[in-house]
Amino acid sequence: MTTATVYVPGDSGAIAVGAEEVARAIVGESDSRNIAINLVRNGSRGLYWLEPMIEVVREGRRYAYGPVKTDDIAGLFDADFLRGGDHPLALGWTEDIPYLREQERLTFRRVGVVDPRSLSDFIAHDGFTGLRRALALAPSAIVDEVITSGLRGRGGAAFPTGIKWRTVAETVSVQKYVVCNADEGDSGTFADRMLMEGDPFLLIEGLTIAGIAVGATRGIIYIRSEYPHAERMLQQAIMVASEAGYLGIDILCSGRSFMLEIRRGAGAYVCGEETALLESLEGRRGQVRFKPPLPAHKGLFGQPTVVNNVISLATVPVILQRGAAFYAEFGRGRSRGTQPFQLSGNVRRGGLIEKAFGLTLGELIFDWGGGTATGNAVRAAQVGGPLGAYLPTLHFDTPLDYEAFAARSAMIGHGGVVVFDSTVDMAEMARFAMEFCAVESCGKCTPCRIGSVRGRELIDRIIAGDDVVRNIETLRDLCDTMMEASLCALGGMAPLPVLSALEYFSADFARDDMPEAAQRD
Amino acid sequence: MTISENEQQRVIDWALRENACTPEALLPVLHAIQDALQYIPELAFDALAHALNLSRADIFGVISFYSDFRLQPPGRHLLRLCRAEACQAMGGRSLEAEVRRRLQIEFHATTDDGHVTLEPVYCLGACACAPALTLDGSLHGRVDLARLSVLLDQLEIPR
Ligand SMILES: Cc1cc2nc3c(=O)[nH]c(=O)nc-3n(C[C@H](O)[C@H](O)[C@H](O)COP(=O)(O)O)c2cc1C
Ligand code: SF4
Ligand code: FES
Repeated sequence: MTTATVYVPGDSGAIAVGAEEVARAIVGESDSRNIAINLVRNGSRGLYWLEPMIEVVREGRRYAYGPVKTDDIAGLFDADFLRGGDHPLALGWTEDIPYLREQERLTFRRVGVVDPRSLSDFIAHDGFTGLRRALALAPSAIVDEVITSGLRGRGGAAFPTGIKWRTVAETVSVQKYVVCNADEGDSGTFADRMLMEGDPFLLIEGLTIAGIAVGATRGIIYIRSEYPHAERMLQQAIMVASEAGYLGIDILCSGRSFMLEIRRGAGAYVCGEETALLESLEGRRGQVRFKPPLPAHKGLFGQPTVVNNVISLATVPVILQRGAAFYAEFGRGRSRGTQPFQLSGNVRRGGLIEKAFGLTLGELIFDWGGGTATGNAVRAAQVGGPLGAYLPTLHFDTPLDYEAFAARSAMIGHGGVVVFDSTVDMAEMARFAMEFCAVESCGKCTPCRIGSVRGRELIDRIIAGDDVVRNIETLRDLCDTMMEASLCALGGMAPLPVLSALEYFSADFARDDMPEAAQRD
Repeated sequence: MTISENEQQRVIDWALRENACTPEALLPVLHAIQDALQYIPELAFDALAHALNLSRADIFGVISFYSDFRLQPPGRHLLRLCRAEACQAMGGRSLEAEVRRRLQIEFHATTDDGHVTLEPVYCLGACACAPALTLDGSLHGRVDLARLSVLLDQLEIPR
């Protein structure tokens, strides 16, 4: 009999709900039953409501069980789960679970599938084929390929990645840099984390291609301190890739070199903003820089620098491997390709859904998410992180594409969607947006530093029922000022959740002393 | 738990040896010190200023800007509760209230007996398993009031 392989995610989201204990229990049980197993700690498939979700191989395909608790292990062994035996927790063939089957996984195709610690597994699943193709091309041809693919930055601003690369490629300098933004500060987002934990070699591949394309020999991954597990996975992957000649001097005997290192953030949301991030890398307070100059001209230590999000960089390999035209076939309008949407909050089936742009917000929340976890009605969704708008169900027909969201004064940002049920108090959520901005403001400009504190006070007064109509008017004026006069999007967009709450959920701001006419939803 | 000045000095020297002596090494050096000591001791200021060619004011400015860095040792246990939206949507605020009630402290404070320090955090990346917290560095998801109670009970058993 061949040794059975069991997959138990080593993803920190799965660990947060008991994957470590489950792995230990499986090892313990197999030892006491004298059964040899091969335990693989894969990434998460992103079906978080089923985590810890374990898999075995049956007839050459992966078969899943979940959510598994330690108490279930003995029963699973009794049911011969190692060979895909029947059990109440059986979910069937992993790839036939509708949540997964209906996705279009390009960037995440390996996450949850492979052993993220294994270079050979990565290579067996087409790893480094994008890099090999890039090494055979002229740098300008790599840039052209990325431009043609239509890939836009997945960190939030949606700037065309290839255009940014071209600017850096055309700027002359002895030392250029590629900086990977792994700060992932937006609440409701976890795609960067999943990718770094579940397929760290892919990010290394993407970064190396970027370096070759723009002529940068040094790369830095700036990772938030809240992600210690992802940091360890990357550290280990960098070591392994370097030893195997995929990083360092003379990569794969191509004559090209690329050195990669990791730097850890220190708990500042604003350091996700690219110029604050560069300040932080230079050892200073993470205060936003005035633009121009653009980082592409004068970035890290004044040198031309590409700053890209984890997902942007991790998407480049598939573009090189399959070609720009293949990638650009996915999507809608000017939003090309796929986006890993992250569904969370009060939702029945939270997780990661990689899908071509263009499905609607409602499809994501109801078809994938299955409505709320509490069973109450869905009332609102915040899309695009803490600076994103709150949308009412009325607008759930909005297609998930950059322009369609902008037309609703909303944004897709890094792709986070947080669902709220009917019990949410939107005045409280508006207050929180201002409070968050006050806590995280870098302090460089007044509209943000002072405005956010003032905004929170105004909402406090509104919640207390104090001169509500006038205070709402003042709040709107304040939001206008912040949007017009802030240096970066923290102060410039924190008003978005506030204004959308006022616009769509005005009843939550109507306190007792309000005239009847103003008390409408 | 007090750490002798000798021990502090040893950690500071080690952190400086492990990193290049340039101003941009400040964050990695601070992280290395705090990883070992759980806070940045007063002793570090002059040593870092000298080694990295910075002023004490530069160093203080950086430490005070980043919420990770502490100038005081934390309690024996560190509880970091996610306050961000996805966790709020799943009852994070009632967890917050319960933690405050049980520990009788606000955020950024340590219980009188030095047992637990409570800090806010804005997203741990476990949003699809909300609400989330970390306790002494371990991440916990789907923390309802019952689960919270178990975690806090375990803490209240003095070591
Ligand atoms: C306040 C603020 C926070 C940001 N946080 C992040 C972040 O955590 N991760 C990220 O990739 N981009 C973040 N951005 C966007 C970056 O400034 C930048 O646009 C991005 O890293 C560029 O990479 P991309 O083009 O690949 O998206 C943030 C922007 C602002 C204004
Ligand atoms: S808007 Fe806020 S975070 Fe951005 S530069 Fe101004 S003060 Fe700093
Ligand atoms: S919002 Fe709490 S973990 Fe992300």
